[in-house]
Amino acid sequence: MSFKTTHELHKRRFGRNLGVGLVLAGFVAIVFGLTIAKVTSGDFQMKTSSVSGAKN
Amino acid sequence: MSDASINASTLREDEAGFGDYFALLKPRVMSLVVFTALVGLVAAPVPVNPMIGFCAILFIAIGGGASGALNMWWDADIDRVMRRTRGRPIPAGKIEPGEAMVLGLALSGLAVVMLGLATNLFAGLFLAFTIFFYVVIYTMWLKRATPQNIVIGGAAGAFPPVIGWIAATGDMAIEPWLMFALTFMWTPPHFWALALFMRSDYDDAGVPMLTVTHGRRVTRTHILVYTGLLAVLAVGAGFSGIGGPIYLAVSVVLNALFLRGAWRISRRDEAASESDNFAVERSFFRLSLLYLFLHFGAILIEAVLKPFGLGGW
Repeated sequence: MSFKTTHELHKRRFGRNLGVGLVLAGFVAIVFGLTIAKVTSGDFQMKTSSVSGAKN
Repeated sequence: MSDASINASTLREDEAGFGDYFALLKPRVMSLVVFTALVGLVAAPVPVNPMIGFCAILFIAIGGGASGALNMWWDADIDRVMRRTRGRPIPAGKIEPGEAMVLGLALSGLAVVMLGLATNLFAGLFLAFTIFFYVVIYTMWLKRATPQNIVIGGAAGAFPPVIGWIAATGDMAIEPWLMFALTFMWTPPHFWALALFMRSDYDDAGVPMLTVTHGRRVTRTHILVYTGLLAVLAVGAGFSGIGGPIYLAVSVVLNALFLRGAWRISRRDEAASESDNFAVERSFFRLSLLYLFLHFGAILIEAVLKPFGLGGW
């Protein structure tokens, strides 16, 4: 096994790991952004009746 | 543990990089999915939060990519035979078929669940149905069973604008089905033109394309008939809710060119085609790409102009 081959392989594997890492980080950011969008657009708001029902 | 962690027996010179896994998702097909789904979403008469709209398109695209990976897993044997697909990651020996299957299934599940959560359950279920249709109905069943494979299988590629519309509205209407019909009717002439100039590819792979089962003359006639039907549908859609003066003008010009191309293909014989290396068939194929892009582009422009009182009728 020459040093050059091993070195190339390391680079390729690093590229792959970096790609997966960035995809996962992107996914986290998207889920976060989606949650913010859902909450601010009122998708998760409870109906007034169910809130008052819970109090009774 | 640095270099020692790389065992010589597990080393593969052609080990896949990140780009090879991305190639499994058929990025070019995905770009069509993204664009048509976006048009479906924007044309819907309901304002969508930009972040939710972005997520909807992203997860529809991932669903489309996942179908591509599952298609490559199942079709690895014929991809090895065809010149056009020989360089794909599995036939090139970079990725194992099983890896593609796992990636495809995982991404399918992720896309369906996330689209359902981001928009509505109906959209998620419709995406699941589309993946099922493309992978099971088209890839596993029809592709190798009938010369009408392209006609029926074309439906899978035509669903994205419908999913985009459902993601926005949570409901069904006639307009997204017009967009569906546009892609559905466009697919056969597009692929049959490709089959004409890729000549032996489908033959070698034993895929029953119309060119193989019914001959090239019949295929040429089919291209003309389908293009005629497509033209009626495409121009007719110009008078519907997704149309407008811009769409109509674009559609009339494009369909005139497309019909002219189909007519020329139908009038040619094999000797004439071979003498210029299928120049007419190739230019028809290139035009078909522009045809779909500009039709959906015109629908998008009409939809974007509508709030300003300019788009539509």
